[in-house]
Amino acid sequence: MATESENLESLVNRRYEHGFVTDIATESLPPGLDEDVIRAISARKNEPEFMLEWRLQAYRQWLEMREPDWAHVHYPKIDYNEISYFSAPKSDEDRPKSLDEVDPKLLETYDKLGIPLHERARLAGVAVDAVFDSVSVATTFKEKLADVGVIFCSFSEAVQEHPALVRKYLGTVVPRRDNFFAALNAAVFSDGSFVYIPKGVRCPMELSTYFRINAANTGQFERTLIIADEGSHVSYLEGCTAPMRDENQLHAAVVELVALKDAEIKYSTVQNWYPGDENGVGGIYNFVTKRGDCRGANSKISWTQVETGSAITWKYPSCLLRGENSVGEFYSVAVANNMQQADTGTKMIHIGRNTSSTIVSKGISAGRAENAYRGLVRVMPQAHGARNHTQCDSLLIGKQCGAHTFPYMEIKNPTARVEHEATTSKISADQLFYCRQRGISEEDAVNMIVNGFCKEVFKELPMEFAVEAQALLNVSLEGAVG
Amino acid sequence: MLEINNLKSRIGDSEILRGVSLSVKTGEVHAIMGPNGSGKSTLAQVVAGHEDYEVSGGSVTYDGKDLLELEPEERAREGIFLGFQYPVEIPGVNNAYLLKAAVNAKRKHQGLGEVDAFEFLKLAREKMAMLGMDPKFLNRGVNEGFSGGEKKRNEILQMAMLEPRLAILDETDSGLDIDALKAVAEGVNTLRSPDRAIVLVTHYQRLLDYIQPDFVHVLSEGRIVRSGDKSLALELEEKGYDWLREAATA
Repeated sequence: MATESENLESLVNRRYEHGFVTDIATESLPPGLDEDVIRAISARKNEPEFMLEWRLQAYRQWLEMREPDWAHVHYPKIDYNEISYFSAPKSDEDRPKSLDEVDPKLLETYDKLGIPLHERARLAGVAVDAVFDSVSVATTFKEKLADVGVIFCSFSEAVQEHPALVRKYLGTVVPRRDNFFAALNAAVFSDGSFVYIPKGVRCPMELSTYFRINAANTGQFERTLIIADEGSHVSYLEGCTAPMRDENQLHAAVVELVALKDAEIKYSTVQNWYPGDENGVGGIYNFVTKRGDCRGANSKISWTQVETGSAITWKYPSCLLRGENSVGEFYSVAVANNMQQADTGTKMIHIGRNTSSTIVSKGISAGRAENAYRGLVRVMPQAHGARNHTQCDSLLIGKQCGAHTFPYMEIKNPTARVEHEATTSKISADQLFYCRQRGISEEDAVNMIVNGFCKEVFKELPMEFAVEAQALLNVSLEGAVG
Repeated sequence: MLEINNLKSRIGDSEILRGVSLSVKTGEVHAIMGPNGSGKSTLAQVVAGHEDYEVSGGSVTYDGKDLLELEPEERAREGIFLGFQYPVEIPGVNNAYLLKAAVNAKRKHQGLGEVDAFEFLKLAREKMAMLGMDPKFLNRGVNEGFSGGEKKRNEILQMAMLEPRLAILDETDSGLDIDALKAVAEGVNTLRSPDRAIVLVTHYQRLLDYIQPDFVHVLSEGRIVRSGDKSLALELEEKGYDWLREAATA
């Protein structure tokens, strides 16, 4: 058994493959946060007055808030004055008009990540709005989307080109003062994606954004807003990798989804940020607020996430089920290895009549990691006929990791039907030996078992993403049985 | 093909095999019998390469190669198959998926191309028909919720698919009712071949009513104390293991 354990250790401790830093001069603001910094960010982005006002109010609210401490995660106190709140690639002033004009260093970075933008985007029929640090540098397929009236652009651009839409929907799902990190984001967010699908339009392709954190000491604060107008449909893909770092990087994103009557939004995430080394040093702190609002009748919002990265993940993609017969779904695979800490789950708030929600959460823990599922199902008094099914499974690899489940249910309507199932299992030495005796290597056996465990979630991902997610899982986690 | 010479093995502080010697040739069927705790299953596990068992002496060669040098998966790819006494459940992993991965791991090792899904299904359905198994088995989780008989039959299916050169079946008869026992034995009999050796590890002689061995060995307290032909099994049935145990300690 000794040799087996060693092999497993080395597999588990495989170094992060996407750890490199692109050397591009950045124009950053000095570290620190006050109203002048916020004015500088807003001025630099040429924002209209209403945006600046919105940011300043968020900042003032943030000052009065306390950092939450209820999550099952531990980390040293963050000094918000040591963070630089804006950084953009040098070439920002002179934005590239096409990929040919993009800094080749940047393209190289994407290549290393296995994202040859031009090739892959065209082949897969995916429009990519790539966020490199804080500013979008390349957007493809814009014309094709414009033909059907779909708006898919960076948030900064949306503020310039579609201020009325931004003003109408910004902060209506995640209010400025929703929580500490959301307020911080509202004050200083640098960029992100904006999507608007007009009435009755089925978006002709998957929309995809690759995020990447790159400049040292720069917290990245994206803000994404997706609006699906009546009867429309959109599938949005978000994937992330980040270079290796010595100090922790704060990441506090906000995602707002609005689904009007009969509209459907499918939001898929593969998150692979640097998790830190085996001692937990240098990983990303990921404090994200994601919420979808099923505002109209018969609307549907579906979150699918595969979370393998970050030192700390604090993330609860949620659905407000306001519209009658609206549907919320949450499918999640969260992997925590080494010293990673994940506290993730969802909230389903049933407000409208006959609303239904499904939660499928798969947590995988290895090394000395702690993985917690935290979910809330709330049925409001007026939500007659609400239904929820929750399935929450944990898989342990090795003896030093932990899995925790914190389900909360608040049912205020007697007609509600709410089900909760939870299981915890372990990859056993017997399972591995059985597979090996059939000629399957230990590594392949672990992958097979883990993928089997996750398949209910993987099948919810768009095809090309599912393949990527599976590969990612295989890299970030192999073996470890005590 | 398989030469075991004075093999000693321990788990923790307790020595379980105390010098086992056994020679198995292609085409032969051997039965290894013995009371509980005599080391039968340990012998099977050591040959398959289970890492909980430390080999403290002796040698095992397979086709002239030092078997003890090989990882369990390498032994499997070289054609050694262990039918488990307690096949584990692997929830969520499709039976067909495991089988296909196993077949392809072996083919790759042999320098053959991988079988595609279509060829694989054709082959699997053929073998299942031969064993009288419902094709629905393929879509279930590996051994997940299988009855005892289904698990054992599933082991035989894997054996049929992998076409091993040496199959060791550990207590394949345990926990089976008579119909399941007959079905499993029939499966094994169809897999008897001049190119294949089979080692049956069993506590009871009843399995040998259905699968006729060429040789019978009795293991007691970590040693083979008696070898003979099929009549030895019948003798054991009649006299019990005690008379041999006395012989071993004498």
